[in-house]
Amino acid sequence: MSLGDVLGLFNYWMVIVLMMTGLYIVVSRGNLVKKIVGLNIFQTSVFLLYISMGKVSGGTAPILTGKPEVYSNPLPHVLILTAIVVGVAMTALGLALVVRIKNAYGSIEEDEIQKMDLAAESEAEPTGHQR
Amino acid sequence: MIDTTINFALLLFLAATAFSILRRTTLFSVVMLSGVFSFVSATLLVHLDAVDVAFTEAAVGAGISTVLMLSTLALTARHEAPSSRSRALPLIVVFLTGLALIYGTLDMPRFGDPSAPVHTHVAPRYITATATEIGIPNIVTAVLASYRGFDTLGETTVIFTAGIGVLLLLAGTIREPTGLRITAMDHHLVLRVVTKVLIGPILLFALYVQFHGDYGPGGGFQAGVIFAAAFIIYALVFGLEAARRAVPGRAVRWILAAGVLLYGGVGVVSFFFGKNYLDYSALGATATAGQHLGILLVEFGVGMTVSAVMVSTYYAFAGQNRPIGDEEW
Amino acid sequence: MIQVFLDATSWALLATGSFLVIVGSLGLVRMPDFYTRLHPAGLTDTLGIDLILMGLMLQSGFSLVTVKLLLIGAFLFFTSPTSTHAIANAAFVAGLKPRHAVVPERPRRPASPKEAGG
Repeated sequence: MSLGDVLGLFNYWMVIVLMMTGLYIVVSRGNLVKKIVGLNIFQTSVFLLYISMGKVSGGTAPILTGKPEVYSNPLPHVLILTAIVVGVAMTALGLALVVRIKNAYGSIEEDEIQKMDLAAESEAEPTGHQR
Repeated sequence: MIDTTINFALLLFLAATAFSILRRTTLFSVVMLSGVFSFVSATLLVHLDAVDVAFTEAAVGAGISTVLMLSTLALTARHEAPSSRSRALPLIVVFLTGLALIYGTLDMPRFGDPSAPVHTHVAPRYITATATEIGIPNIVTAVLASYRGFDTLGETTVIFTAGIGVLLLLAGTIREPTGLRITAMDHHLVLRVVTKVLIGPILLFALYVQFHGDYGPGGGFQAGVIFAAAFIIYALVFGLEAARRAVPGRAVRWILAAGVLLYGGVGVVSFFFGKNYLDYSALGATATAGQHLGILLVEFGVGMTVSAVMVSTYYAFAGQNRPIGDEEW
Repeated sequence: MIQVFLDATSWALLATGSFLVIVGSLGLVRMPDFYTRLHPAGLTDTLGIDLILMGLMLQSGFSLVTVKLLLIGAFLFFTSPTSTHAIANAAFVAGLKPRHAVVPERPRRPASPKEAGG
């Protein structure tokens, strides 16, 4: 593990730290909006990982200038461009679900929603298998 | 040396922002910090030579996402309740996953290595063949619209489906237009004047980005988002009723479908000339002219769908049953 | 000769702009109250950015890039003071009072036809 190795890899390690922060927010926090924000952090750090892989040192943006130059790899850029827009579409859908959950349960905290669900189930049980 | 320092500083910024988002319990600060996160990552993307991606991340992540999250906050809660579950298990899981991922990166090619496997397969062909086969300077647009046109068609359909999903989820609770001239910001004179001045240039800039995507950073996605941003700022400052009169929900839904139809239709037109689906060389006298026309049409289709999805999603969120009176502002 | 002069001027503009941005950020952290914090934030957005843009314009000479930078400067010239104003107005309307000031009670005037009519 020479210094050159560390310098060449610390980009990826920092991005992994960001990914894990996002994952931790999703897993450990009960508020639904905060979970969606954590998911966004996770997504953005995955994009940074891909674009870091596509960079060529001494290269420039992949737009032809007429002069012979070294270009960064355009393929990760294309994939991540589509991924960003799909990500926002997914965020919009998730937020619409949160609004509906708030309308139905009156709360967006996961613990309270689970309690309400369990209470509704235990209320339904004494009446037997009535459909 | 300077490059590495800038990289490290920006990544440190991102880590600090992510930790702040973790610790804050006021949801408004969390949403604002996520906008900051998107902006700083857009800066980092420019530094990594991904200008198209940075453009999209700034417009989409820092613009539309923040607006939608704030609209959700207005309809739900303001604070995060303290969680009663233990934090130990998630921490352990996340730590172990992080260690496994770091172990996985030890085999990866070093950052910036020109001989990495990702640069050897199709990418050199795209870079060298774009000038002759397609004839436009922006390689990313050429790959997006022509070489990988199927992916982009699928993804436009995904955005279309998400827009329909949001409309299905929220359409039942949208309040009817009352017909009254209720505006949200009657006494905010500065905002109204500046918005009136700026909406024209914003729309012009959206059209510029749309059609200039062949020659510089730009294209359908970014242009669609900027186009929608102009209508969203109009709706924010002059009221949802005024915006719905200017661009009715029916028209937005028509544009939503027309964009995907245009993209798919360009492929079908190639059939009639005896070529494969989405083979743009069938559309013009020479192969390159056909490529230009094909890319123009499909990018326009993408722009239409993206802008219509953003506008209709905002209408659905802002039109929920919570009319806010002027004195509440 | 003219090139050296242009370079020196653009260096001076960039350095001054960056200095103003740093001072603005420091003020944002150190100021005690919301309204006093808003002032350095507005400073960063307007004069800091405009000086940096002018420095960049001198670097790029007479080309399309300069026109684009000019347009960006004009756009920021419109939007940065407006956003500062919007934040301060929102805080004031929400009832946040400055820490040491004596603010008279705002007379409630009918602000929309709906309120005036009903």
